[in-house]
Order: sequence, then C-alpha cells, then structure tokens
Amino acid sequence: MSVGQPDERATASSHHRDLHREPPDVLQRYYRQMLTIRRFEERTGEMYTRANIGGYCHLNLGEEATIVGVMEALRPEDYIFTNYREHGYILARGVDPGPVMAELFGKETGVSRGRGGSMHLFSAEHHFLGGYGIVGGEIPLAVGAAFALKYQGRAGIVLCQMGDGTTNIGAWHESLNLARLYRLPIVFLIINNGFGMSTTVEKGSAEPDLFKKGCAYRIHGERVDGRDVLATRNAMQRLRERAETEGEPSILEAVSYRFRGHSVVDPAKYRNEEEVQRERADDPLQRFAHLLQEVHIVEPGWFAQVEEEVDQEIQAAVDFATTSPDPKIDDLFTYMYATPVANAAGRR
Amino acid sequence: MEYSKAPTKFTAGLLAEFGPKRVVDTPIAEEGFVGLAIGSAMLGLRPVVEIMTINFSLLAMDQLVNHAAKIHYMFGGQAKVPLVLRTPGGGGQQLAATHSQNLEVMYAHVPGLKVVAPATPADARGLLRSAIRDDDPVIFVENLGLYNTKGEVPDDHGETTIPIGVADIKREGKDLSLISYSLKTVTAMQVAEKLAQEGISIEVVDLRSLRPLDRPTILESVRKTGRAVIIEDDWRSYGIGAEVAATIQEEAFDYLDAPVRRVASVEVPLPYSKVLERAAMPDEQRVLDAIYKALEGTRRA
Repeated sequence: MSVGQPDERATASSHHRDLHREPPDVLQRYYRQMLTIRRFEERTGEMYTRANIGGYCHLNLGEEATIVGVMEALRPEDYIFTNYREHGYILARGVDPGPVMAELFGKETGVSRGRGGSMHLFSAEHHFLGGYGIVGGEIPLAVGAAFALKYQGRAGIVLCQMGDGTTNIGAWHESLNLARLYRLPIVFLIINNGFGMSTTVEKGSAEPDLFKKGCAYRIHGERVDGRDVLATRNAMQRLRERAETEGEPSILEAVSYRFRGHSVVDPAKYRNEEEVQRERADDPLQRFAHLLQEVHIVEPGWFAQVEEEVDQEIQAAVDFATTSPDPKIDDLFTYMYATPVANAAGRR
Repeated sequence: MEYSKAPTKFTAGLLAEFGPKRVVDTPIAEEGFVGLAIGSAMLGLRPVVEIMTINFSLLAMDQLVNHAAKIHYMFGGQAKVPLVLRTPGGGGQQLAATHSQNLEVMYAHVPGLKVVAPATPADARGLLRSAIRDDDPVIFVENLGLYNTKGEVPDDHGETTIPIGVADIKREGKDLSLISYSLKTVTAMQVAEKLAQEGISIEVVDLRSLRPLDRPTILESVRKTGRAVIIEDDWRSYGIGAEVAATIQEEAFDYLDAPVRRVASVEVPLPYSKVLERAAMPDEQRVLDAIYKALEGTRRA
C-alpha cells in the first residue's frame, strides 16, 4: 500500500480459491518446510535445556509461515541478512539441518565452523550472509550488499530481516535514507511479533504502524498477515520485483507471534496467559494444514507420513551435530585475517 | 559533504579523476555509510571510506568493532571485508575537546582490525596501497598536524608498498630508543637531531602499524640501547605507550638500564584555549626531560 493509506491487502488472507491456483506439490513443499522449521526449533529448545547448546538461543516457533513465504519469493541470486532469530531462514534457504544444528552445538562441521553459534549462522554458498547478534547491525551491511549489486550491475536483491524493536534504532533510519537516496534493490522485512524483548511495540515506537516508518524517506511500506504463507509470499514477490526492476527499496511488515519467550531462557511473564493461548490457537502450521485438507490437496495419511519424514530428518541433524568433532584448539587463530600479516598474534 | 567542493581537501581531485560512480558522496550518517561500505566489501567491492575526523568514527563504532572486525572470523572464513577507513585524529588546532582526540588505541585494541598510523609521505602512500590491497578492514589513522608535511616519495610507477605490521627504524642510535608513531615521530626526529649535537645517540623507532604491533623491532632496538622513551599523542592511561612499555618489560627486562618512560597527553578533555591546549599536549621539552631522566645513572657493565 502507499504509505499511510489503508489498503485491502493489509488484512488480506489466503482463501480457498487462492490455493486452487497453486500446484499441489508447491503447497506440499511449503507445509513440509514449515514443519521442518517447527520440529528443528522444538528439538533445538530441547537440546538447549540438555546443555548441548550454549549462549543465547532465539527460536522461530510461530513464525514458520512468514519465513517460508518470504524465502520462497526469493531467487538464488538474492542475498539475505538477518538478525539473531534466524535458524528457520537458513533452513528455508536450503541449507541442510545437520550443519545448522552442528553450529548450535559449536562443532567444526557447523555452518560457521563453530565460531558463530546460534546468532551467527552463515552460508556464502547460499548467499545467506549472516545472522547478526547486535540488534540492527545487519541493516547497514544489507544496504551495502544492495549497493554492491547495483554497482556491479548484477541481478538480484537483498532481503534485510529485523524485529519490530529494531525500527527504533538510528542505524535503520540512516539505512532507509541511504537505500532510497541511492535507489538500492533491497526489501526491509520487519517481523512484528508484538514485543522487543518484553517491551510492546506501542511502548517502543511512537508510530506503531511500523510499515509506515519509511515515509520520511519516501519508502513504500506494506503490512501482511505473517501467519499466511501465500499472502506473505505474494507480497514479498511484488516488493522483490519493484526492488530489482525499479530500484525501489521497500518495507514489508509481517504480523507474527512468537510462541515462546524472546530466547529459550525467557519465560515471557510480560505476556498474559489468555493472550498466549489465543495466539497459539491460531497456529500458522495448523491453519495451513486445515486449508490443505479442506481443498483436498493431500490424501488422508499424508500428514502423518510427512511428520515421520521430518522427524527423521531432524533426528539425523541432531545425530550429526552430536557426533561431529569440536574445532581444534590449534585452529584458534585460523580465520583471524584474510590477508596474512607480519607480527600478528598467533599463540595463546 | 559536497565532494567537489570539500573544504578539507582530503579527497581533492578524486572526483575529476575517477568519476561519480567510484567517488560517492554520502549524507552525514557514519554508522550507515561505514556499514554500507562493509556490506559492499562482503560482496567484493574495495571501498575506501573517509571520515573527516576520527572523533566522528565513534558514531560508526558498532559497525567497525562489532561487524567489520568480526565477520571473517565469526563466520569461519566465509566472508572478507576489504575496507579501508581513512580518518585523521590529533589536537593542536584549537578544535577543542570533541574534535582533537587520538582514539587509535580503541581500534588497535580490537582483534580483526588492522590499524596503521604513518608519519611520512612515503610511508603514508606505501601503507595506503597495502591497506587497499588487503582483504581485511584497515583503519588508516592520519593526523591533522601531518597534512602539510613534505618528504621524499620515490617515483615508482605505482608499485612501492609498505607492509602492514612492520615498524621502521627512522634513525639509528645506541643510547636510547625513542618509540613513536604518526605526528610524534616528527617530534622524535627533531629531538634526536638536537641531542646528536650533545653527543647523545637516539634510535627512533617509528611503529607505523599499531595492530599488529611489530614487537620484534621494538625489542631488538631496546636490547641494543638499554633505554626506552615512548612519545604518544593519546592519553597516557591504557594508551599505545602502555602496550609498548608492557611488551618491553615482559620481553627485554634484563636489558633495561632505566625504567621505560612515557610522554603522553595530559588526561583532560583537550581545552580550547591555546595556552591550556599547549600545556596538555606532549611537547619537545617534556620529551627531552624524559630522555635525560632515562639517561641518568651509569650504563650496565
């Protein structure tokens, strides 16, 4: 929608007629990906409580439809920068769950070779250029990647994902200005789950309609139901196209809800139980499953079969992480510098 | 700043020579445009960012320290950040407390960055070439007081580089090692010349790189002379001199004939008043006093 004006799309959801236009195998793939993220994150929470995973750990539970919808709209040439709640994004980008789980375990076989952990997943091969632990740290970097794409005359766009609380930091506003000044191919994706840690959007942002916050920079913004995988994908496809063909940066606000606390160790006492129950009842995965059943896209028994396959896949990832080696202490200084330099520290 | 009419002349002539695609004007948004440069470097560009003074680079500290310095290591070597940040520090221009700082130690403290601080035109050119060709983020520290320096620069058809991480003996001597970098190397050379007339032989060690620090060259010099004085424009506590002194103490203690002395800026926000400003900065007399103290007593048998 144009900034500040109401639009039907803002509340649009997928209906049965939308599903009939989609190839059944595509819909099945979406469901399977969403389920993969759900199971991966449930097992991650479990592994954290068993102390196989250290540090901070933020889960994507409840955000599966947003992630799959957004990532399905991207193309292989696109680049992705995210915040620290990013396990699902790298999985949806096609990275095997095994190396992702191995990174959470701090193993040498992890996607960042055990140097990054949960908040710092990376796969150059998949153009997944990082989860970033500092709130908003990824935003200027993502703008720079978009600058490079334009400078080099390459196809593709940059997806820059962030949380709702991030829209209050200066780096975002500087980045919006730069993206529009230089007309860069980038989409800023705001995951609005209602809370910046424990602070509500309304308490943190003078403009709680987050998609409007680009208006000072003449940046187009839209809001989408982040629990609706098709609506999210369609919105992202449109904005991606604008970014690539017209050099028009934009904002997509996906309204979402995290089923658990900010991180694994957060009991989320700032939310009341009634709200949590209500929000969890509208589970994006169940919502999509009901739709698939209602339009008879899948056979009875299909869900159980997919459940079993995904469970096995995630178990294999846990097994891979468990049996993988730790990084060698002799490699403590490996990756210190890309260009070797005289007199660099090289011993403990 | 409108690059074509920039009053500071740091980038004079670049636009005419390289054109608007390569010479990009930015809004005043240090965190934004430094981060932009880092991100573009991750995709293969080789940006040289100019920040008008090092004081303003504090606004980009998150991008430099939390991101540029971490990206190669933290992601297991999958990404490189070939970024150069050119920025001058230094006082003595009556620019007062917020515009006169020597903050290089903040960057020199951070693994993952490379920090250089040349003193001569030839070193500046050679180190800038190395920095631009380097695949890691390099903080290229300049000094306002050095911009009018004249010096020999070899005609080399664009090929001479000075390696990062290597100090330079700017003057050989046998009585005392005078260790410095950037503008203070100029002071060190002047003091050494003056003392030569008194028959005192000073060795001037120009650090040139602050990270990595060329410890072997420092130690070799001190083992030879047995005495060391460090001159620095930054504040004394936790400064570059503290690191150099600690290195000498750890690795060359047995060779010392006198305590290592530091001459640094007085620990106040630099005042505007010319009189107070001069009193706060390390000057030649304080350097001479430190050297005479270090030379007191007899030499080791």
